[in-house]
Amino acid sequence: MADFGSESSEKKEEFFSEAQEIVDGLGKFLLDLEGAVAASRVDPDVINEMFRAVHTLKGIAGLFGATRMSGMSHELENMLDDVRMGRLDLTSNVIDLLFKAVDLYTHILLFERGEAPDPQQEIAKLLASFAAVTQPEEAPTSNIFTQFDLDPGMFGVLTEYEEHRLKSNIESGLALFRLRVRFNLTVLDTALEDLKKKAKPLGEIITYLPAPSTDESDFENLELDILMASKSDAATIDTTLSVEGLVVNPVKRRSGGGPPPKAAAAPVSKSPLPKIGAPPSLPPPTIAGPARLPQDLAPESHAAHGAKSVRPAAPAHAARTSVAPQAQGQAGQFVGKSAAQTTVRVDIRKLDRLMTILGELAIVRSAVGRLAERLRGSVEHRELGTDLHRLHRTFERQLGQMQNGILEVRMVQLGPVFDKLQRGLRAISREYSRPVNLVITGQETEIDKLIVEELSDPLMHMVRNAFDHGIEIVEDRLKVGKPEVGTIALNAFQKGNHVVIEVEDDGRGMDPKLIIASAIRKGVITEDESREMSARDAYRLVFMPGFSTKTVVTDLSGRGVGLDVVKTNIAKLGGIVDVTSEVGIGTKMTITLPVTLAIINVLIVEIGGRSFAIPLASVEEAFVYDPSLTRNVEGREVLSLRGQSLPICHLSSLFQVDAFDDASDSTRKFYVVTVAVGIRRLGLLVDRLEGQQDIVIKPLGRSLKSVHGFAGAAELGDQRVALVLDVAAIVEEVLAGDQSRFLAMAGEGRA
Amino acid sequence: MRRVLIVEDSNAVRTFVRGALEDEDFQRAVGGFDVLEAASGFEAMALMPRGPFACIVTDINMGDINGLEIVNFVRKSEHHRETPVVIISTQSSSRDIERGLSLGANAYLPKPFSAVALQDVVRQLVAPGEG
Repeated sequence: MADFGSESSEKKEEFFSEAQEIVDGLGKFLLDLEGAVAASRVDPDVINEMFRAVHTLKGIAGLFGATRMSGMSHELENMLDDVRMGRLDLTSNVIDLLFKAVDLYTHILLFERGEAPDPQQEIAKLLASFAAVTQPEEAPTSNIFTQFDLDPGMFGVLTEYEEHRLKSNIESGLALFRLRVRFNLTVLDTALEDLKKKAKPLGEIITYLPAPSTDESDFENLELDILMASKSDAATIDTTLSVEGLVVNPVKRRSGGGPPPKAAAAPVSKSPLPKIGAPPSLPPPTIAGPARLPQDLAPESHAAHGAKSVRPAAPAHAARTSVAPQAQGQAGQFVGKSAAQTTVRVDIRKLDRLMTILGELAIVRSAVGRLAERLRGSVEHRELGTDLHRLHRTFERQLGQMQNGILEVRMVQLGPVFDKLQRGLRAISREYSRPVNLVITGQETEIDKLIVEELSDPLMHMVRNAFDHGIEIVEDRLKVGKPEVGTIALNAFQKGNHVVIEVEDDGRGMDPKLIIASAIRKGVITEDESREMSARDAYRLVFMPGFSTKTVVTDLSGRGVGLDVVKTNIAKLGGIVDVTSEVGIGTKMTITLPVTLAIINVLIVEIGGRSFAIPLASVEEAFVYDPSLTRNVEGREVLSLRGQSLPICHLSSLFQVDAFDDASDSTRKFYVVTVAVGIRRLGLLVDRLEGQQDIVIKPLGRSLKSVHGFAGAAELGDQRVALVLDVAAIVEEVLAGDQSRFLAMAGEGRA
Repeated sequence: MRRVLIVEDSNAVRTFVRGALEDEDFQRAVGGFDVLEAASGFEAMALMPRGPFACIVTDINMGDINGLEIVNFVRKSEHHRETPVVIISTQSSSRDIERGLSLGANAYLPKPFSAVALQDVVRQLVAPGEG
């Protein structure tokens, strides 16, 4: 375990946080890389980014004494160095090893935190596999740079990698250019990103050289000397980049100054494997000669850079020719490094504190609002009340903006979670030799950071479940005319105040009859209960504790965790899971989650003289209760509403508080609040509707932890406290809690 | 107050280096200075006008503007030419280090280095004049 000695826990946290971020980033790069290899279109930038990431990991692991991590990083760095320098081909074997390394990193990090056993053996095993694939070939040394009239001053500051990229670009017959540009320091970030994005389709930028300014008292601008390889000409580069004050100078080729480009001699198709960045079609390399240069663009200023004589500074280990320059990289996809530098990492607890303060402010706002109303109602203070009311409105608006701002900060995209799922699925798919494709949509959907953190385990379980119980083995798929490769789709989208995530497979589907039979066999339900079960009721059985339709428990889904745990965990986040399925077609599980857990908008209702809050996100509508529209179905009250039956729940009797009057007293009005969780709806009968309000929900505390049906409590701003209904739990308890009554409903949502 | 500039793209390494340089005993020994951080070569360039610096500590292996280019820039700059530069790097190739030293870097510390090693190097390079 890492010995942090006297290092403060803050530094330690910084280490874990950065290491985790890098490991996650590696995983993402790797998925991109795998796709790119499959499409024979590998961007050398991706490899280099991965190399740099591992390099950084090694650095920080070393500093913080995480020896397992620095040891593995060292080997991984060497391997990636071989790949980026073209000494090692990106075989599927290599990619597999990279995936394993990323998984192992996660394990190592857990170990360093003291939450997992020592992964020493796994590391040793992986390093042995590294050694087996890396047998770097001795690269031929050549001095291709003498072809170009390159400024030795510029040449001398290239790192080994940059030199390698330069070389492989020259070998592929691309021309070199020096771009001179001046940026204002205040807009450097954006100007540079813009430049990179535009330059990407034209070729590769080898390096950026900050030019010592002629006028050093100029503190506002930075002059850059950029070395770029491109297949376009200077004029095209100039117009494409369209940067004010840009000067593009071709680097002169020397007549007879060196061997012709070697790309023609080294056939790219030698190996069936895709080469990094190998352009699909390169222009035939031209024999170097001055005739190729647009003479009118030949730089006047060139001599000023001191390019009188080229010192052939041959690199000690020049690389093989296999890494060709990128021709048409997917523009701008991997240039976002400096974008990350404009972000700040914030402890979520700090945001929580801000949110709490904001919540108290919201309560103050409500109180002020009520005060304004009272003043407006009184004769002598009406004017004052109107003024206060106006102020209150401004306060309200700005508070709302601030609330949205803070909420926005808490929001993160689902992408990283989905990436993790993809890696996980990839691993099990290979392990079981059952090919499956994960199709992801909506990875940009945003959700509360706290929810995201709790989401990856349940989602992984659902994906595994889809793989294990859904996707058939290849022979079975072919037999029924399905494509060999199964598909699991992961779709996310926002729907009002909820985020919906669907896990859908094109596997064998679920047969309600088999589920019911299995449930009876396992004693989950009785034969009697099963008689009236609809298909949907049957699907829900898979969420019952200890349920599994497979007789053999596999090590995939059978980790002692059933779908019931998934359901419980999702419910803890205020979400619900629904299932639909069709035999032979596939199964779809749908998770519906609230967008955020922090501040909620509620409907305040009164039951038996007490106030309760119902999260508005779950409220569909409210209307006056009309007893004549209800009927009794096996002891349960059901209301017919627009052709659908809505089960009614008398909250006063559920909570055992005394209602003002008996509900049967037809002279009194009652209200029905229709709540919906996913596709399930329930009508809650309340005495009175009070209004809407934003509240900060507070937990009930340890002593009341066992009380079900309430998500917490909230202050209402006038010294009143209201219990907040846990709608998901109530719907669950009322509709499914009592099986026999629930079953009598025969699917409450249907007409 | 004198300033030291750290150019390093890893947050954790920057935090580590800052911690080493802001150590109270060390600060007392060398006369005290502020620490400025740059997370990339470009950020470093943007901070250059805020010099002079008592010392610049830079990584080599960074995207876009690499550490060698920083060294080169510093040595050619009228204002910063005399500033001591320390390279910190895990780079496996010694070629880049050699190149950095030949471009005019004063010292090289292979990562992982200890806080004490860094302090020693910086202490030697920073003229103890004012403290």
